[in-house]
Amino acid sequence: MKTLSELFVKTKAENRAALIGYMPAGFPTKEECIMTIKAMVAGGVDAIEIGYPYSDPVMDGPIIQAAAELSLANGTNAEDVFDILQATVEMGVPAVVMTYWNPIERFGVKEFAAEIIKRGGSGVITPDLTVEESIGWKEACEISGINRIYVVAPSTTDERLPKVVTQCSGFVYAASLMGVTGTRTSVSGNAKSLVARVKAITATPVSVGLGVSTKEQAAEVAQYADGVIVGSAFIKQLQESSSIGEGLAKVENLAKELSAGVRR
Amino acid sequence: MIEDFLGHFGPYGGRFVPEALINALDELTAAHESAKNDPVFQSELSELHRTYTGRPSIITEVKRFAEHAGGARIFLKREDLNHTGSHKINNVLGQALLTKRMGKKRIIAETGAGQHGVASATAAALMGLECVVYMGEDDTKRQSLNVARMKLLGAQVVPVTQGSRTLKDAINEAMRDWVTNVETTHYLLGTVAGPHPFPTMVRDFHRVIGVEARAQMLQDIGRLPDAVLACVGGGSNAIGIFHPFIDDKNVRLIGLEAGGSGIASGKHASTISGGTPGVLHGTRTYVLQDENGQTVESHSISAGLDYPGVGPEHAYLHDIGRAEYRSITDAEAMNAFKILCETEGIIPAIETAHALAGAMDIGKELGKDAVLLLNLSGRGDKDVQTAAEYFGIPL
Repeated sequence: MKTLSELFVKTKAENRAALIGYMPAGFPTKEECIMTIKAMVAGGVDAIEIGYPYSDPVMDGPIIQAAAELSLANGTNAEDVFDILQATVEMGVPAVVMTYWNPIERFGVKEFAAEIIKRGGSGVITPDLTVEESIGWKEACEISGINRIYVVAPSTTDERLPKVVTQCSGFVYAASLMGVTGTRTSVSGNAKSLVARVKAITATPVSVGLGVSTKEQAAEVAQYADGVIVGSAFIKQLQESSSIGEGLAKVENLAKELSAGVRR
Repeated sequence: MIEDFLGHFGPYGGRFVPEALINALDELTAAHESAKNDPVFQSELSELHRTYTGRPSIITEVKRFAEHAGGARIFLKREDLNHTGSHKINNVLGQALLTKRMGKKRIIAETGAGQHGVASATAAALMGLECVVYMGEDDTKRQSLNVARMKLLGAQVVPVTQGSRTLKDAINEAMRDWVTNVETTHYLLGTVAGPHPFPTMVRDFHRVIGVEARAQMLQDIGRLPDAVLACVGGGSNAIGIFHPFIDDKNVRLIGLEAGGSGIASGKHASTISGGTPGVLHGTRTYVLQDENGQTVESHSISAGLDYPGVGPEHAYLHDIGRAEYRSITDAEAMNAFKILCETEGIIPAIETAHALAGAMDIGKELGKDAVLLLNLSGRGDKDVQTAAEYFGIPL
């Protein structure tokens, strides 16, 4: 089961939401990143978003910022991102890359999309690429046959929502709140109404991200969304551990809890 | 008008931002468009400029300085004499009025040298708005006087400890605040970069510089200058004075970028001269970046020019050959700084000193019959400590 569409067919049949985990490539190191993803998958994460660490992550809160900074200090580059993508796909789960736009433009738009498919990836999430600036990217993804995933927000107007949502394939990324990535004590009430607005327009699955970190929150979101995205909470397990062994155990444990949560 | 309705200047500009900000950017675009055509708004702004900013700013011919520039006639557009000491107030008052027009009560701003932060804090005090200024921690140290000024004006100054701790990181942090508080907050961006409509809107608020200067040159000497010069970091003062001259094909437009220790050293902030096209802070433009698309840290003695991006309209004017961009090193800028102090009794901002160094080169190239107009974008009070250290004057 290597594509997102296959995943959502499966989770729908099982009457549950998919659990999608985010991990920045090269954090804490390239090898330990792959080990962490293994622990996430072992704990029940259904699909992985590989973050491309970027020097100016304006949509990320302190947890992901710190992880990206460490990864960049380790010298993580495009090749590393693709290697980790491939290693993840080889674990048997669908994997996408989540990246700010500039690294794609620098790598070459067509080349980036081609490399994603070559490494077995399902698609790319582009949180700062607007649909208006997507002409070349649309073409590149169509040539390579990968999913284009955009983020919609509670502030996205009814007029604009279809313009973005109809461009999405794989899933629509619904940002649960107005803000940056990070753990929150509760999931914003905006998430549910945003998902309903998206579902009124499209049959494409909708996944909710930003601020989901606990089993209870995952269970709550799984009531109305097709996928639950967790990032900062996994990274925090590693940041707060004194050894990689301890971190991996905590990551797997969190994945198990969240995985129980999405099973409604 | 060379931009399209989505804020593109040829391949540059546009919007590369989280979807969460699109609605606010659309609102801002609409507010700016309606204000531009609203005589009430325009007269309120020009009245503020007349009675508060101190506009029109004068032009000063600098004959003794010109002796160091091949004898060409050099005229300074004195934006340093504006209230708060730089051109920044032009844009800030415009955007603060727009903030009120949109019914928002809180402004946030980024600042490098502190001039834009001071101007923002000033406008917030004048109009009763809450003001938070993000400033790289390194900049809060080299511009501590401006930090104190902002605090005296009632603003909250947040030192940014991420990344390179300079202007670029202050912008990142301001964007994060904006994404979170966009319903109540206006991001009062201080330069002609960022997503549409900022590059066009900020330019429109600074055009007054060029409009006045063009008329003043015609009135004082009966002709247009051969070249218009300005320093370029993000490029707001430069676009302000360039823009009204774009259709005057015989007037050369010359931007002077911060060369730090020299482009070859890798330690510079000459984005057009030494960078490549990319996307930074919501716009496509020239960027200092590595082969993986990571932003490279810029270096300059001048905090206000220490930025690895540049306004997209400058990128376009460069590519079509309408404007030229050159690089001035720290040493060249400081030499020009000292010469202006000693020959004319004017202490310029170190940012502006880059344009003065450019004038010394271009004056020599064009000869003594040439007329140069230079945007003296800011005064150097804030730089006294840096300059004293540079020249070994004990404090």
